[in-house]
Amino acid sequence: MGSKNFGARVTRFEDVALVSGKGRYVDDIQIAGTLHAAFLRSPHGHARIKSIDTSAALRCEGVHAVLTAADLPERMRKQRMPLLLPNATMSTLRTQHSLAVDEVCYVGQALAIIVADNRYLAEDALAAIEVEYEVLKAVSDVRAALAAGAPRAHADLDSNVVSEFVMNYGDVDAAFASAPHVFREELWQHRGGGMAMETRGVLAQADVTTDSLTLWSSTQTPHIARRMLAEVLDVDVESIRIIAPDVGGGFGPKAIFYPEDAVVAHASRALGRPVKFIEDRREHFLCATQERDQYWNVEIAVDNDGNILGVRGDMLHDTGAFVPWGIIMPYIAGATMPGPYVVPAYRLACTVAFTNKVATTPVRGAGRPQAVFAMERLMDRVARELRLDPAELRRRNYIRPEQMPYSVGLIFRDGKPLIYDSGDYPRGHDAALDLAGYQGFPERQASARALGRFIGIGVASYVEGTGLGPFEGVTVRILPDGKVRVTSGATSQGQGTRTTLAQIVADRVGCRIEDVAVTIGDTAGIASGVGAFASRLAVNAGSSASIAGDHVRVSILKLASRALGLPESEIDLEDGKAIGRGGNRPAISFGELSRAAQGMPGFSLDAGQPVGLEHTAYFAPTQASYCSGTHVAEVEVDVGTGAVKILNYSVAHDCGNVINPMIVDGQVQGGVAHGIGNALLEWMQYDENAQPLTTTFADYLLPMATDVPTCAIAHVETPSPLNPIGVKGAGEGGTIPAAAAIIAAVENALSPFGVRFAETPLMPNRIVQALEEAGAYAQQVA
Amino acid sequence: MTTTHSISVNINGQTYARVVEARMTLADFLRHEIGLTGTHLGCEHGVCGACTVLIDGRSARSCLTFAVQMNGRTLTTVEGLNVAVGLSPLQQAFQEHHGLQCGFCTSGMLMTLTELLSDNPDPTEQEVREVLTGHLCRCTGYAGPVRAALAAAEHLKGIKGAA
Repeated sequence: MGSKNFGARVTRFEDVALVSGKGRYVDDIQIAGTLHAAFLRSPHGHARIKSIDTSAALRCEGVHAVLTAADLPERMRKQRMPLLLPNATMSTLRTQHSLAVDEVCYVGQALAIIVADNRYLAEDALAAIEVEYEVLKAVSDVRAALAAGAPRAHADLDSNVVSEFVMNYGDVDAAFASAPHVFREELWQHRGGGMAMETRGVLAQADVTTDSLTLWSSTQTPHIARRMLAEVLDVDVESIRIIAPDVGGGFGPKAIFYPEDAVVAHASRALGRPVKFIEDRREHFLCATQERDQYWNVEIAVDNDGNILGVRGDMLHDTGAFVPWGIIMPYIAGATMPGPYVVPAYRLACTVAFTNKVATTPVRGAGRPQAVFAMERLMDRVARELRLDPAELRRRNYIRPEQMPYSVGLIFRDGKPLIYDSGDYPRGHDAALDLAGYQGFPERQASARALGRFIGIGVASYVEGTGLGPFEGVTVRILPDGKVRVTSGATSQGQGTRTTLAQIVADRVGCRIEDVAVTIGDTAGIASGVGAFASRLAVNAGSSASIAGDHVRVSILKLASRALGLPESEIDLEDGKAIGRGGNRPAISFGELSRAAQGMPGFSLDAGQPVGLEHTAYFAPTQASYCSGTHVAEVEVDVGTGAVKILNYSVAHDCGNVINPMIVDGQVQGGVAHGIGNALLEWMQYDENAQPLTTTFADYLLPMATDVPTCAIAHVETPSPLNPIGVKGAGEGGTIPAAAAIIAAVENALSPFGVRFAETPLMPNRIVQALEEAGAYAQQVA
Repeated sequence: MTTTHSISVNINGQTYARVVEARMTLADFLRHEIGLTGTHLGCEHGVCGACTVLIDGRSARSCLTFAVQMNGRTLTTVEGLNVAVGLSPLQQAFQEHHGLQCGFCTSGMLMTLTELLSDNPDPTEQEVREVLTGHLCRCTGYAGPVRAALAAAEHLKGIKGAA
């Protein structure tokens, strides 16, 4: 069995259609008779709904239905959306109603749906709905939410606190009591969005002839969405089919099953017509979930050589108005903080609180960028205080490869002890420094300074739990025409999942990669599935593809042995044929074998003959696999304007065995771009009434082609022992340490002025303000 | 309430006569009236560039253009880029150099880069990047699209040199 495709730079199957304008995104699917939906949304951060009058809207041209909560079936009206990830520490398990019942808790929360002949008419009619609100005090800043007497994000709750929990191991107070040096930092990372270029969309088609419902959705998780929709609609889960067709980017927010999805599905059932809802960008800013908002107050204890003795502190997480995905981001953050370092004792006390803003759920990185920012800012502080090179300080503290597998001492979010499965952090560190020309940087910096330019360098390292369970399944089936059909609950929002699964299967069964046809993201394709989040598909679906492929290979050999009259050991599988090794190399095609495996009507199969050439495998990892890496950013700061330009960006990345280096490089590069946005540009701003202020791409800045350099990338491959193909996740590592490396580099560039930064995004005005306070401009004038 | 207008417009070499509402955007016209869904809408406020098409050879945002303005004009959309033998050199370069991931913003980038390579067959990396600032991409971090555009320029120069 060869590995012709695994590890090769295979160009993607997906691309020919996509570059020809023949992709099939949700809004491209046009079914005759489709009606179009628009939602009425709250203009207030917090208000009681006194009355809603839809009578005028119902009379508007082209309107087929106007539904408020009062018009919904009892289950939808009375019960809130299902909570996907409950946790014992949560005192309040509050999710949204499908449509707001008597209170709205963030700007953009949906109160009513209008279904009309087209979107233009539906939006016209929105203006005709009359709502009487009693505006309530809103809580916008999560720190204010904890104050005694603070407004409550939900009028009926006594407190804004959702959960308080502590993550700890070792005797951290003893470590601090005897430590020669203790340094404290207060840090925060503001919230931003996933901002996939395709907004959310759903097309629901109820079929009265079969009592079934098909939903085309831009979801990352069709099987989970199906389960939740069945619960909300109170119907048989198998009567629902959810298809995620081409999806235009995910990044986390599309893993959520949204109230609008359920309401659109209900509207299609109620009206007996297909109903489509395509979110517009403003709605995406208001209503698609966001992430990052965390305030950290942490301290580190070190000895005189900079060896870490302990880390402790507290963290406050803004969950917004609801908790659709529980508290996993603060939990992941707490578990990520120790990272690649030997931290003998650790305690982080986490508080999760409500505000009147849209809920936070995972966005690329999911709590990890915040944790890495906190840890790496502490490391930079130690380096500065002890006058050590920041890279050298990290090298002294890395977990050594011979310590693997390494037990950190915590429980990770998969419910299993946090045990790093493999990794060589010093090797990754050295590889990144080499790519960055770190040794030569002081000289570059001195030359630049001589010319009045301020350049700086920053280093950040991380460990990321990836490949989370519970499972993903893959079916491999040889079709009568010899093609190999692969189906999976895995999905793709641009990651090239079809191509990578085909690479794995082609090698296992012995066929040409172009003969593998992959169908993913369709609940009709496989009984159970989970979907895309937590950089989990290469590990889960990749392993299942490998296992299922191996089983099918065994069946092919068994059948071919009978057909060719040769022992299995003398048969090779190549290019979709079973070929005898000796003589005139007799051969039989996979197509012929597939037909033989179906038998003949009425005739018994031979004893032991496989039925059909197919196998379904559900790989369920025993725990997370831990990807790691080191990033080095080299930046130039314009002292006059506060503008930051990233000159060079170097990444050493360990995701275990690399299935397709082109795709992994693309994931890393794209992840870094997201991290650059988080570090310097993207700030979802709200005023004190929780009114969003940045709801266009002119206000909320995404990185552009001139903001993101092409990264230098090195792959360090320490295969994971936890899955049959030795892989770890690769989708988020690019983002996770980027802000930490970039902010460190900005600080380093401005070291002559001694300015310090503890937040992201770091905007030019903030840099100028810090320089002003440091007297930088007075110095220049003098 | 709404007024309608008759328009005739050439799209990818074919003439279409339609009656449209005054307020219908060009993007919605292409997607929903003509069925050319390769032109995508990412923001509907003229920043992201996903909806870019060529109007008489010049790139324009179809989300900020009304269909009625197109009477008598000639349009090219992404569906018009394919050549008889399949993908154009630019489209091929996007596949070869991993110029796309989810593909949603790609149509717009291809239109703008088609215009660039016609105006300036030998662009520098900086020129490509500056042109691409009119397009937001959340997946690629722009390295792939930049590489693809430069490779397509090289390839096209080769074809021209051989001719």
